[in-house]
Amino acid sequence: MKLPWFKREKAGITTQTKDKKATPEGLWHKCSRCKKVCDTADHIGNKWVCPNCNYHTKIGSAEYFNILFGETFELLFENIKPTDPLEFFDTKSYKDRLVDTIAKTNLDDALRVAVGEVAEGVPLVVACMDFNFIGGSMGSVMGERIARAIDYGRENKIPVMVISKSGGARMMEAAFSLMQMAKTSAKLALLAQAGVPYISWLTDPTTGGVTASFAMLGDFNIAEPEALIGFAGPRVIRETIGKDLPKGFQSSEFLLEHGFVDSIMQRTEMKEKLTQLLRLLANKRPIEAEIGS
Amino acid sequence: MSFDFEKPIVELEEQLESAQKIAEKGKVDVSGTIAELRQKIEVAKKEVYGNMTGWQKVQLSRHPDRPYTMDYIENMTEGFMEQHGDRNVKDDKAIVGGFTWLGDRTVMILGQQKGRNTKMRQYRNFGMPNPEGYRKALRLMKLAEKFNIPIITLIDTPGASPGLEAEERGQGEAIAKNLMEMSVLKVPVICVVIGEGASGGALGIGVGDRVLMLENTWYSVISPESCSSILWRSWDFKEKAAESLKLTAENMLANGLIDGIIPEPLGGANTDPATIYTTLKAVLLKHLDVLSKLKPAKLIEQRIAKFSAMGAFEEV
Repeated sequence: MKLPWFKREKAGITTQTKDKKATPEGLWHKCSRCKKVCDTADHIGNKWVCPNCNYHTKIGSAEYFNILFGETFELLFENIKPTDPLEFFDTKSYKDRLVDTIAKTNLDDALRVAVGEVAEGVPLVVACMDFNFIGGSMGSVMGERIARAIDYGRENKIPVMVISKSGGARMMEAAFSLMQMAKTSAKLALLAQAGVPYISWLTDPTTGGVTASFAMLGDFNIAEPEALIGFAGPRVIRETIGKDLPKGFQSSEFLLEHGFVDSIMQRTEMKEKLTQLLRLLANKRPIEAEIGS
Repeated sequence: MSFDFEKPIVELEEQLESAQKIAEKGKVDVSGTIAELRQKIEVAKKEVYGNMTGWQKVQLSRHPDRPYTMDYIENMTEGFMEQHGDRNVKDDKAIVGGFTWLGDRTVMILGQQKGRNTKMRQYRNFGMPNPEGYRKALRLMKLAEKFNIPIITLIDTPGASPGLEAEERGQGEAIAKNLMEMSVLKVPVICVVIGEGASGGALGIGVGDRVLMLENTWYSVISPESCSSILWRSWDFKEKAAESLKLTAENMLANGLIDGIIPEPLGGANTDPATIYTTLKAVLLKHLDVLSKLKPAKLIEQRIAKFSAMGAFEEV
């Protein structure tokens, strides 16, 4: 008589893919700053902010769109894709870098644009950066998408917000990258003349050419707490002046103190506060719009 | 002074000098040799200056004898009235500007100013403006707009100043504001890179109806040295960085990022400043003739359309 205990009755693993249970990536989240552990679900519920130390974990466009719009929004200008106009080669070719980064991040560049409603009857165009795509660097795709997002807002009279998280210009696109600063700023001049609100939401980090263009041009410059925001990077400044930088230099709080941001807002209150702000300005139009019509 | 790549010319010039000394003594007839050497120098100059690499142009753009903004103003215009201060915190010595006569036109001319000796280089902060410099520039440009006077900006900077005070006073905001405001100025704006065009610090006075570059200048998102340090993590790749960045006037024109190149005397503006003053003046007047016929709305529309078209991407 056979003993059935250790005998596999059917060969192989037979669970259908659709019946497989997703394994949670991690039930616990450990804060990278205070090292305290919390429930991942709680962390997400708290908009990826540590409930213990208020550290705003770096998040990308998917998370911000989720915070602002839930599941209901439309992605715009996805048809614009990066190229390698200068055949740039540093330690590896820009072309390969793009292919690798696209595969790794499942994104096609460092910024995505979406339109949706932050509350009923309160639409908003949001252009949001992804830092994990070559450091959120600004190349032609970012510039063009922001330019079109601004045009979209102007044509449809929908307020525009850019969420910045970037190391600055993308060196592999050299002067093309530089000129995105002029392009986006020019588009903002037209948006301003049309009297459509523009909000710049600054997150950690926002530096270089991004700071020296649209990120500092908001009708409202709003920063998340303790973000690094500046033109020159701290390392460059430290090397130039040859001494250590004061504590809190180039932080959101530093910018608030020196008058370059309107307010510091918690990510947990982002949606609510933005809704409040947009409602205050709803249907307000300039007396006269001269050009760019 | 001369650069390494100019060595073939320098050697021939030294030979010519000694040949001329021999000729002065009059004992031997060396006129044939002299003529031959002169011809060789011409050929060598064309060879060397006609085939400069990106890095060599960067070096030439920094030649200590190159004319700076004030040299152009003094030699190309008349009756310059310098204006100071941003009406906020101070006067930035790295940017100079004021109304002046260019031919029979009143223009607002402004630009970054470098110093010629150690003391003056410090006084001018090496041509690296602080936020108040950009705000002074904007104040002067708005003033020109008020009186319907065209604007000329001369760009020559290794970058906007990186420092504690610059950050405290909003370097990013100051440049950003200029980009936005310059794009909608109602008067003609002509920008000329006369030396170094480094990054946002250059672009901060660089949004115009015509953006031109002198032949031996460069314009890029970052200096080759900093690019080398960031991408290669070493200062040793500046030559390669200069090539990769495609920062020469020719590259910039080919990529549709500038509107024209102004030829320099063979060997660079430093060899014959008088010629470059005449050339630049004529070019500026020619462009002003065309631009001043356009209505303000048209001018702004074309300016914004031009910058909006800049970029390299695929549309699928």
